[in-house]
Amino acid sequence: MSSRAAEPVSEPAGAVLDVRNLSVEYLLESGIVRAVDDVSFSLQARKFLAIVGESGCGKSTLLFAIAQLLSPPAEITGGSVMFRGRNMVGLTDAALTAIRWKDLSVVMQSAMNALNPVKSIGAQFKDAMRAHGVTGHDEIANRSAEVLRMVGIDATHLKSYPHQLSGGMRQRSMIAMALLFTPELVIMDEPTSALDVVAQRSLMVQIKELQEQFGFAVIFVTHDMSLVSHFSDHLMVMYAGQVAEQGPTRRVFDSPAHPYTVGLLDAFPSIRGERRQLKGIPGRPPDLARPPSGCRFAPRCPRVMERCTAEPPELYQLDGIDVRCFLYDPAAAPADIGSAP
Amino acid sequence: MTEQPGTSGTTLLRTDSLSRHFRIGNALTRRILHAVDEVSLSVGSREIVALAGESGSGKSTIARLLAKVYRPTSGEIYFEGKPISSIRRRSDQLRYRGLAPMVFQDPYASINPVFRVSHGVLRGLKLHRPELSKQQRYEEAERVFDVVGLTPAADVLRRYPHELSGGQRQRVGFAQALAMRPKLIIADEPVSMLDVSIRIGLLNLMAKLRDEEGVSILYITHDLASARYVADRLVIMYAARLAESGPMEEVLARPKHPYTQLLLSAVPDPRAPLGVSAETDRGEPPKVIDPVPGCRFRWRCPLAIEMCHTVTPEMQPIGPGHDVACHVAQSGAEVKAF
Repeated sequence: MSSRAAEPVSEPAGAVLDVRNLSVEYLLESGIVRAVDDVSFSLQARKFLAIVGESGCGKSTLLFAIAQLLSPPAEITGGSVMFRGRNMVGLTDAALTAIRWKDLSVVMQSAMNALNPVKSIGAQFKDAMRAHGVTGHDEIANRSAEVLRMVGIDATHLKSYPHQLSGGMRQRSMIAMALLFTPELVIMDEPTSALDVVAQRSLMVQIKELQEQFGFAVIFVTHDMSLVSHFSDHLMVMYAGQVAEQGPTRRVFDSPAHPYTVGLLDAFPSIRGERRQLKGIPGRPPDLARPPSGCRFAPRCPRVMERCTAEPPELYQLDGIDVRCFLYDPAAAPADIGSAP
Repeated sequence: MTEQPGTSGTTLLRTDSLSRHFRIGNALTRRILHAVDEVSLSVGSREIVALAGESGSGKSTIARLLAKVYRPTSGEIYFEGKPISSIRRRSDQLRYRGLAPMVFQDPYASINPVFRVSHGVLRGLKLHRPELSKQQRYEEAERVFDVVGLTPAADVLRRYPHELSGGQRQRVGFAQALAMRPKLIIADEPVSMLDVSIRIGLLNLMAKLRDEEGVSILYITHDLASARYVADRLVIMYAARLAESGPMEEVLARPKHPYTQLLLSAVPDPRAPLGVSAETDRGEPPKVIDPVPGCRFRWRCPLAIEMCHTVTPEMQPIGPGHDVACHVAQSGAEVKAF
């Protein structure tokens, strides 16, 4: 980008996206709800970041904030979203339109609702391309057929309407649409949640293949942690609007640090190994309009300490991962870190 | 083709060659959609049976047939040995619905939002257990709310649905079912819309209802891991027909149908290495419209033989309590498709 030199380059070299101290608040009559609280991360080119958390943890709001798709009463109240060296926060609609789809595209959760039911797939591809200045009839037809084939759908389905496609094919065509302009970053909000396991697995494999082939970075939001274990490079676990833990995916899965991550991983029954009793995580996430004064996970935490209810923990660094839990506070007496279950 | 209940003694519910077809199209384009074809399954008392398969495989149609929302096209459902098609009187209908209530998938759509949550359970009690006084109904509502873990019950009963989380609402669904003193709860994807951390609690509740209240559950799901966690027996459906059934651990350890193997290979498991064999399968289930004979999985099956294209495989015993509908498996050959 030519604007790169003009902007302060704060992100590490090679980062496509650098989010710093991002906060989003919903300004409601009943009060202010901080749905995203001081979230920072950076995403390198060609990498796959998975964001997991329960419903209401702010993960979708975070995605919308990154793509600048928030509408009132939600508002970014702090922080920056540097996309290829340029702060997306506060850009005009015209400037954003130039970036969206071309450099950054979004695949929404429900393709059934995201696709226009009264237009054929091809017509919707055409709309997106014309909106970004591609007007040649042949060019549109060729590219549309090409992206559809890329996701494994026959080009004859450009004439099909969404209801004529299966759920898996609809999600694939949404992804095809997101790839029309070979963007550098594709943001996906639970794209597989409506699919069966077999279709889900096949779509995940395909997203990964396309990513390796075309070199875009992916932010993938899901509530199903097990889904991304084999596909993402980085994992961010969100709880109540905050980052609870983030780090390399394998590292987080193999030795989860935050009690919430431990609880989430322990909430999955396994198809293999011995059958054992699981507990899940008792209770429910806090009301973000009235978050607990200390650690937000404290009311549900099996390892809660006195300090947890008194003051909020920061994100502590722990060889390669960030974790928001007093168990890992280097200033405190050395905790029994090794024995985290 | 009859199945034996796995762990428990008596058969509570049995379907015999149950089919449900739907006419689609107009007079000129009339075709027949086969939603359920010749399904024979059983649920023993104090048993949780998981019915698993892709969306569109006919699982929910079976639930609706059992709940008498649909009438079977052919075949029969026996509940405690009696055919339910013979139920004529309204009082008997009511009795059956109380003995085999349903819990639905969407906890946000299945509770009336304009009434307190006590409304549904008290109304059910008034209808199904008219012998109770108003006071007794309220006490019973508190009891079932307690059982499903909605405590303090008196407080939760006064709330409106929007004040409850998804997991709590689904517990209300189970409480409403439980208030009718059921023998069988038909639970259609009861946890699929809930967060992962909440799901286990509901699955544990289902196990508790079996162990402490003596209720059988037909657990309809597409999630094999949760099925394994809670169910005693597994029944796999594919394209309106049964593919395989048997004791849970037996089917998971020795899956005989290629489709069962495909499903198992696709279950995401962070603890296991990524299986690569099933990657090419796109996971598109067929619509069963005017089907011709032959195995319905043959287009996706790497092991399909000549016979699979012409003869529809029937469920046949292949081990103790373990049935499979696959020509290759029935021929005694080893099946390793995925």
